[in-house]
Amino acid sequence: MMFDRRLLEHFDWGLLLLVLLISGCGLIVLYSAVMAGWQGHGLHSLFERQLIWIGAGFVVMTGVLFFDFRHLNKLNLIIYGVCAGLLIGVLFFGQSGGGSQRWLSLGGISIQPSELMKIALIISLASIYAATVSPEGLSFRQLLKPAGICLIPVGLIVNQPDLGTGLMLLLIAGSITLFVKVEKKVLLILAGLSGCIVPVVWFFGLKAYQKARILTFLDPDRDPLGTGYHIIQSKIAIGSGMITGKGFLQGTQNALAFLPEQHTDFILSVLAEEWGLVGSAVLLVLYFLLISWGLNIAYNCRNMFGSILAFGITSMIFWQIFINIGMVMGLMPVVGMPLPLVSYGGSSVITNMVGFGILLNISMRRFYTG
Amino acid sequence: MVELQRNKERDWMKQRVMVASLCVLIVFIMLFLRLVYLQLIKGEEYRRLSETNCVRLKSIKPSRGLIFDRYGELLVDNRPAFDLVIVLEDAGSVPDTISFLSSLIDEPYVDLMEQIQKTGVGAVYKPIILKKDISRDQLAVVEAHKFDLPGIYVEIEPTRHYIHPKTAAHLLGYLGEVNKKELESGHFPLLRAGDQIGRYGVEKSFESYLQGRRGGRQVEVDVNGRVVQVLKTVDPEPGNDLHLTLDLPLQQLAEDLLKGRDGAVVALDPSNGDVLVMVSSPAFDQNDFIGGISNNKWRALMENPGRPMINKAIQGEYPPASTYKILTAIAGLEEKQIDGRTTTFCPGFYTFRGRRYHCWRKHGHGRLNVVDALSQSCDVFFYLAGEKIGVDALAQYAMGCGLGRPTGIDLDHERQGLIPTSAWKRERFNEAWFPGETLSISIGQGFNLVTPLQMAVFTAAVANGGTLFRPRVASTIKDVHGQVVAELEPEIIGGIPAGQNTLDLVRKGMVDVIQGDRGTARSIRIKQIQMAGKTGTAQVFSRKTGEKFDSENQVRTLQDHAWFVCYAPAQNPVIALSVIIEHGEHGSSAAAPVAGTLVEKYLGLLEPEQTADAAPEG
Repeated sequence: MMFDRRLLEHFDWGLLLLVLLISGCGLIVLYSAVMAGWQGHGLHSLFERQLIWIGAGFVVMTGVLFFDFRHLNKLNLIIYGVCAGLLIGVLFFGQSGGGSQRWLSLGGISIQPSELMKIALIISLASIYAATVSPEGLSFRQLLKPAGICLIPVGLIVNQPDLGTGLMLLLIAGSITLFVKVEKKVLLILAGLSGCIVPVVWFFGLKAYQKARILTFLDPDRDPLGTGYHIIQSKIAIGSGMITGKGFLQGTQNALAFLPEQHTDFILSVLAEEWGLVGSAVLLVLYFLLISWGLNIAYNCRNMFGSILAFGITSMIFWQIFINIGMVMGLMPVVGMPLPLVSYGGSSVITNMVGFGILLNISMRRFYTG
Repeated sequence: MVELQRNKERDWMKQRVMVASLCVLIVFIMLFLRLVYLQLIKGEEYRRLSETNCVRLKSIKPSRGLIFDRYGELLVDNRPAFDLVIVLEDAGSVPDTISFLSSLIDEPYVDLMEQIQKTGVGAVYKPIILKKDISRDQLAVVEAHKFDLPGIYVEIEPTRHYIHPKTAAHLLGYLGEVNKKELESGHFPLLRAGDQIGRYGVEKSFESYLQGRRGGRQVEVDVNGRVVQVLKTVDPEPGNDLHLTLDLPLQQLAEDLLKGRDGAVVALDPSNGDVLVMVSSPAFDQNDFIGGISNNKWRALMENPGRPMINKAIQGEYPPASTYKILTAIAGLEEKQIDGRTTTFCPGFYTFRGRRYHCWRKHGHGRLNVVDALSQSCDVFFYLAGEKIGVDALAQYAMGCGLGRPTGIDLDHERQGLIPTSAWKRERFNEAWFPGETLSISIGQGFNLVTPLQMAVFTAAVANGGTLFRPRVASTIKDVHGQVVAELEPEIIGGIPAGQNTLDLVRKGMVDVIQGDRGTARSIRIKQIQMAGKTGTAQVFSRKTGEKFDSENQVRTLQDHAWFVCYAPAQNPVIALSVIIEHGEHGSSAAAPVAGTLVEKYLGLLEPEQTADAAPEG
């Protein structure tokens, strides 16, 4: 591939800066989360590992820049096929962890195919919709193929069982589909249909313990010794930060291990406790800018596939932020969902970095058409 | 034209992105408002809550299910134990508090400090156990000084209590603290470190029923750690109660009769396999295991030559000796090698291939048939019968009668005994089976090994017409409200491979053991009912070596084991027993009286004051 000087001119420094800023904030908060109350010497190994993951994430992100994103359009079926294959592989050869089977070991590296599937699904849907989009919206028949493409991995992932990621795929697919517009009557039919199916499944399809699990999911107070307690402690941590916070490494809820999962899903409570409303608002603003930036890339792209792809990636980031923050503040059901670039976790960092790489890629090639 | 299309597309895209942006904006404003609500409006309140860390979780342990005997008599319950704990955050100066406490309750300062160091200082809000199960006196002192002991609390912990110490210890079992490996195995999702689980006996086999489900409380506490308000409670679910088939008075009598001797007694209900009695002597005190057994007590148990930690009823494998003649008789009759009219002349020995095999009666029994041979336990008769039947056919009948395989009782560590075959010997010793060995096994010596439980199951089957029941230790499991959770039905595991005529002849022989004028157990005969049984005297060492031993103890360990199996009443049996007394010498003198007394007690024929007299000499 010839190096195109225009690519450098069009490089999206703003997005890169946002990603760097948020990662930086994330590392500061993670430092608090793992170092406070820690008795060991030097850096906590979780913090060291996260540094490595973020470094690796930037390398992967850079790697994603070097090819024209439009190749993804042609390769979409292969990418989708490989990811679906890996998911099926998990079914047979996967490693269990925490009660579900999500990991696949390939040559010494553990990968989580459900994370890769998010990107693959976005690419596939963008590819299909780019060919079928029309101002009137999609018809019922046009939705059959995307629905199938989406439901196969969702089924496999929910089966692992990983409800959070399964739900995530549905949310992403739903957002993209609504973004490219569906016919009004199709929307009504779908709404009506699900309105009929849900009660039937609830009363006849689910066993008592499954219902109990869903009810607890919707209302954590039903489990006052588990998630309900976590939510209370999380709210106390956030609220006690007040306007300016208790200061770096001064969070008591965090240091005394009152917070559950304070380095992964509940990391926002650490930020809010130590940096107060000011700190939390800064992160919220950064996230808001990031999402708007992504939408702007979708708008500016002269290629329909690129636009939808950019929107899909942005929606993936958006839903993670919304669900995680909503959950930590007691607005949403508790579901394992990391906060992008802030929560500890390799799979999450790498997936999101690939996403940002694609966004940067689209942004610098926004004038490419066809 | 293309330009127009493009513009149209741009407008369309603009409209979609605008809508999406609007949604995003709304969501972020909502999240921001929530932050403002939590941190600004409710901030003061949450700050106060976080400063005292006053919302805490207190776990409530479920009470473990109770265990009853067949008549509803309570055998195992829970008593409150008082544990002394410290919450570091509330304690102020820890060394000062601990040294004051140590002087109050007279426990070494270093021991108490060690408990804190073991747990680590990370968990300042978690109660650390300083001393488990403190005495009433210690409790009184601590309660009297509780305002001078900040951070020191007394926690009431339900603790297992075995109401009759040592009674049915092997059957009931005991508890132990769950270990790290078990917690990580995922088999016990409800348990946490420090919890107790069944380690032995029915406490272990019925763990899942007895355990119950942990509950907890969200509480608000004040600065001193005292509970101000209970926010939410999840009640623990108590474990289910276990109703055993055990007959407590009979069990206690059996234990008294075996006192000071090593051995085992099993009593079954022949109609369903209910385990009425299961004694293994000597026993241990289950209460010693609560909160971890002390090293000294454990060493004493392990060094006791009577092996108290072995349940001899299911783990003790003994040569069946003459009790095995019941089986040889069944096999011979069924294989048509002998019948009711076959007689043998016993001169006191049998010469086989140039070697003399002795009968226990030196001068011989004279001429006798199978009924007489059983009642007088003639060895020569069964040498001849066994020789004709052959080792492998004998083994087949033995297996058919439930010997040589576990009975499947709901207790761990059951041994299966050993029923030798020619194939087994080739594999084990790489040696052919010698015909002379068949003679030994047909009178229950040689390689044969059985457990007292197997012999009881077999005897019960002879008594009930041939049905082998799986020994049933528990009949019902009920929840705390008395609702039945599970019924454990009697279970048939096989049948004696013999017809009615065979069983009638064998039973007649067994009745004559007690009722006959020459019966080997005629000494236990009583007026009211007829019993049926079979004595046995298992050689521990071959006497042929002729070595002499000086020490009395050594001589004792060379004495024979005494066996007795029986059922009663002979016509409509309601109880079947198997008794073994290790080194008790003769079945007739040591084991039979134990069984006789138990039968009388079970049938209500025993005068209360007679109990002590009836116990035979040890």
